[in-house]
Amino acid sequence: MTTTRAVDPWTLEPLRRFVAEAGARLALLTTPAGQVIAQHGFTRAVDVMAAAALGAAIAASTAEINRMLAEPTFRALAHQGVRHGIYLASFATPRGPMLALVVYGLDSSIGLVQLFFEDLVRDLAAAAPLPEERPKTVLAADFERDLNQSLAALFGR
Amino acid sequence: MKPGFRYVLDAITRIRGVNGAILVAGEDGLIVAESLMEGVRGNAVAALAASLYQRFRRATEFAGVRRPEFLHLQAAEGSLLVVPAPNDVLVVAVAAGDINVGLARLEMIRASEAIA
Repeated sequence: MTTTRAVDPWTLEPLRRFVAEAGARLALLTTPAGQVIAQHGFTRAVDVMAAAALGAAIAASTAEINRMLAEPTFRALAHQGVRHGIYLASFATPRGPMLALVVYGLDSSIGLVQLFFEDLVRDLAAAAPLPEERPKTVLAADFERDLNQSLAALFGR
Repeated sequence: MKPGFRYVLDAITRIRGVNGAILVAGEDGLIVAESLMEGVRGNAVAALAASLYQRFRRATEFAGVRRPEFLHLQAAEGSLLVVPAPNDVLVVAVAAGDINVGLARLEMIRASEAIA
């Protein structure tokens, strides 16, 4: 059975709803730096970390091409494979910018994913708690502990 | 929009009771061309109508009767009509409940032939 898990609990219900409506097989919400916020469908931590890093890298490199073309920012990329499609998009929330990486099969379509992605962005904006006045500083000493806590939240270990 | 697409969509929307017509990429559920009244969410209709058509197509193919040639979904306050066209394009119309379905179907089939 595939499960949806979140490091930030307020992202859980919007992501669950999106996955159900869009028919997504895998979904990953991260920060633009690749820090995982929520995931659906992944069974191994190593896959989540790889997908998060690759998604962030693709968004960053596409944003750089955009900058060269004097385009505003990275918004979305879609890839249609033979059996799967991939949709990668950035969006803003009250808690800061985020990336969504969505993998869907032949039982869904890019049109459906884009349609319900609009709802996901709206639902996340509505569910987000107010931003902290002073954002927590990420210290090197805390990094491993934070990473382990995130993986525990995402995989229930 | 290609002038040819505008022409075929206009032919459908001229029918009394039709609120809009869309050419949809069948596999992707994305809009190819549209002529819609204000208030109709074209991207939502395109994505969901394409998904609906694909599911019906799977059902009819498993039933051994090949692809659906015409879908007419009667809703509480209107209708959704779908006709497949060549190159995996769908002709979709959103209409009022009292529309002349036969005339709309005829015009949608003509549209599907015109965009081939």
